[in-house]
Amino acid sequence: MLTLVIFLPVVVAAVLLAVPRAGDRTVRWAWIATSAVEVALVTAMWVTYSPAPDGYAFEQHHRWIPSVGAGYHVGADGLSLPLLALTAVLFLACAVYSVRRTRRMRAFAALFLFLETVCLGVFTALDLLLFFVFFDLSIVGMYFVIAGWGHRGAARAALMFFLYTFLGSLVLLLGFLGLYLLSSPHSFDIVELARQDPAAGRGAVAGLVLLALVLGLAIKTPTVPVHTWLPPAHVEAPAAGSAILAGILLKMGTYGFVRIVLPVLPGTWRAYAPVIVVVGVVSVLYGALVAMAQRDFKRMIAYTSVNHMGYIVLAFGAAALVAASEEQARQLAITGAVTQMVSHGLITGALFLLAGVLHDRGGTYDLGSYGGLARQLPAFAGLTALAVFASLGLPGFSGFVAEFQIFTGSLSGAPVATAVALLGVLLTAVLLLRAYQRIFLGPSRTVVTGDLTVSETLAIGPLMALSVAIGLFPRFLLDVIEPAARGVL
Amino acid sequence: MSTSMSRDLLRVLPEMLVAAAAVLGLLLGSFLPRHRQWVVRALAAAAVAAALAVAVARWPAGGTPAFDGVYTVDVALAGTRVIVLGALLLVFALAAGEVRGAARETEFVVLTLLGGLGAVLLAGAADTMLLAAAYLLASVPLYALAAFAKDAPGTEGALKYYLLGALLGVTLLFGVMVLFGGGGATAYRVLAESLPRGPGAAVAVGVLALFAGLLFKAGAVPAHFWVPDVTEGARPPVGALVTTVPKIGAVVAIHRFAGTVLAPTDLDWPLVVAIIAAATMTLGNLAAFFQDSVRRLLAYSTISQVGYVLLAVAAATRSDLALPALLLYLAAYAVTNLGAFAVVCALPETRTLADYTGLRRRYPWLALALVVLLLGLVGTPPTAVFAGKLTVFTAALDAGFGWLVVLAVVNTVASVFYYLRWIVPAVRSGDFAGRPAPQAGAVALAAAPVTIAVGLLAGPLLAAFDGPLLPS
Repeated sequence: MLTLVIFLPVVVAAVLLAVPRAGDRTVRWAWIATSAVEVALVTAMWVTYSPAPDGYAFEQHHRWIPSVGAGYHVGADGLSLPLLALTAVLFLACAVYSVRRTRRMRAFAALFLFLETVCLGVFTALDLLLFFVFFDLSIVGMYFVIAGWGHRGAARAALMFFLYTFLGSLVLLLGFLGLYLLSSPHSFDIVELARQDPAAGRGAVAGLVLLALVLGLAIKTPTVPVHTWLPPAHVEAPAAGSAILAGILLKMGTYGFVRIVLPVLPGTWRAYAPVIVVVGVVSVLYGALVAMAQRDFKRMIAYTSVNHMGYIVLAFGAAALVAASEEQARQLAITGAVTQMVSHGLITGALFLLAGVLHDRGGTYDLGSYGGLARQLPAFAGLTALAVFASLGLPGFSGFVAEFQIFTGSLSGAPVATAVALLGVLLTAVLLLRAYQRIFLGPSRTVVTGDLTVSETLAIGPLMALSVAIGLFPRFLLDVIEPAARGVL
Repeated sequence: MSTSMSRDLLRVLPEMLVAAAAVLGLLLGSFLPRHRQWVVRALAAAAVAAALAVAVARWPAGGTPAFDGVYTVDVALAGTRVIVLGALLLVFALAAGEVRGAARETEFVVLTLLGGLGAVLLAGAADTMLLAAAYLLASVPLYALAAFAKDAPGTEGALKYYLLGALLGVTLLFGVMVLFGGGGATAYRVLAESLPRGPGAAVAVGVLALFAGLLFKAGAVPAHFWVPDVTEGARPPVGALVTTVPKIGAVVAIHRFAGTVLAPTDLDWPLVVAIIAAATMTLGNLAAFFQDSVRRLLAYSTISQVGYVLLAVAAATRSDLALPALLLYLAAYAVTNLGAFAVVCALPETRTLADYTGLRRRYPWLALALVVLLLGLVGTPPTAVFAGKLTVFTAALDAGFGWLVVLAVVNTVASVFYYLRWIVPAVRSGDFAGRPAPQAGAVALAAAPVTIAVGLLAGPLLAAFDGPLLPS
């Protein structure tokens, strides 16, 4: 079941490439249909989800490289299932969004289907090597998306993205090798490693392994100070590429923390948690402040991603500082962090697609070139307003649920840091509202025509609907995450 | 003939098959008319395939000394045989279009066979005299092949190759002599016992001199200067051959010598190998950065790859994973490198990176294969070189060479840059002028999925490559 869910997209991609002269029309519908099937399959998984005693459902385990203890081990639990759902939904949204606007449709669709497999693979891998394989391939896939379909400066941005994140992934690999060598018997299996706690009593070596893992994942997340690849990649990528990059690929970093680092190196993580908290808070504030200074709409959203991912890192750090007696707070922080991953994926995905619409209509992302668009494009203005409010964490949207839990859970562990991070919410509110005002209110500066098309509405609308659904009825999501969050640290 | 002799001969059946094919081919070729010389090529391919089958079928469980300990039949040799023989088959396929009906088709085939045989003998030699003989056998045919087209660049490359090879061959012989003086023997088995008691400085000099010759064959720093000139000057199939086959034999020879003879001495040879590895991958990478000719780029890339391979050699006695990792990496490197060269052989007139512009539009499958192969050389999972790098890095970390692994990682990231310089024009839109030769193109198309398959099948391969190095 799970293997089918993971590999169906890449199989369809191969078929699309192999069929000679498949027309754009065929490709388009095959792409949308596959993505829709994936959503249906993941929904079916969600409905039938009942974890085994070890916490995982849909588990599959086959030998791959037995001499180094690596296997094809996949499974889904409360931490991965929400991200699988997010992946399926966001890829469907991108398929629908890209339907009429893309040159070289066949290669584009094949790349996105390939990326979908890779993303689903990362979120289900229970083996470090398997995780790494998918993690690394996501970089290759995204490189070609940015380089092949990006804006004018794409070649440079794509190269920077590739080199920077590839360095991150190899540092991560070093960390994995370190874990492997620390474990006894040697293994790459995440479940086995979590059981062994291989770093216990290893002192400085464990610290080095943690450093490699954290650095590798932090580059992907990204946190300050290793975030500098992100803005150019986002600005130059095509809209759907940005949406996937921000919505899914960034989550691989934070998911790596909660799936690998926290369970496998709990003691070492606790020892260095204050550093993590500081990194999280700095990312929150720095991301917000730099976003505030941007005149480019897309670049601004990119920096708000740094800010939003900062909350997640803060929660992971604070969860380790919470006293042992306050199990509740720790669970709340972790649950909030996972909810934030889903929420940020939906909202930022929507914002990037909306930025794509803006660029389509006005030919630029420059905030100063727009004004009074609300009168000319009312539907676009309305949907963007929803996304902006969701992004700044207004109650009723998923962002509020997530950030509220993060702050409540983190408060007892890291009170000062949490208080400082709250400032970030304020800053984000200011900068998003100011940007909205500039584009949509005030006097018109340019004549822009063409409100949201059907495919754009169908792509972006459901993302916001889901955000509202999580904001109003969060239990269906939290009930899945909470039991899994309990076992993380 | 004694029974032990005939048993030994049976143990080296693959080598004998290749040697017999070379002799028979030479005889046949001397009286076959030019348009029938393909018979020699077919004979050679059949003999190599048969040798390959024998090598796989008679996979040794442990180590067995043969011919009074001059030669060792063990897993390291078996792995080398399979990789070299497989590489020879690929080279024959690569060269098919070029040599068919050519004036010296037979000579090409025979020289290739002999060069391959030399590489296998290098890997199996357990005696410094045999090592020297194997060095010559692995070198001399390739000098001739480098100048095979009789054109100026080829001749120049061959001359450089020959001069450096002759110089370092003498160095190797000098090393053999010094080690004989210091250890009183040429057999590894005896040297392993006598060298620890020998004069330290002389032994160190002898080892370095011996290594110099082998590093020349491996194309490693500081004996790498011939690689780019030969690769660019010789015909592309010859470039593919000289950057792949001798390296395999030479690296296994270094591994064997270090793992058996040097292991008991108190020389810090792992550090020496580690420094050579570090220099090789770094200098190879740096030189590859701004090459515009695809062949020169590939040449420097092969140098840097040897650097990664040497990581496993540095870990030879300190990690159980070293030998399987080494052989896996060599297998991965052979198929990936030959695949990349296959693209070059298919498009011999497309010389610069910029000339590849638009390849994707005209020949999408060839472009896809090229992308897979180049990303494979980077070590992107799940390709073969990834599995090789993974195991090699693990072995080196296990052996305590953390700094070297970090350097290898940095080099890997840096290498992305120049491989991308080739990938980018190939997938960009534009008018592509070349027309791929069918045979070489087919090899490229076949090699790309094979690299992925080797990566996925790394488990069974590592299990097969696992075995003791010391002759029992």
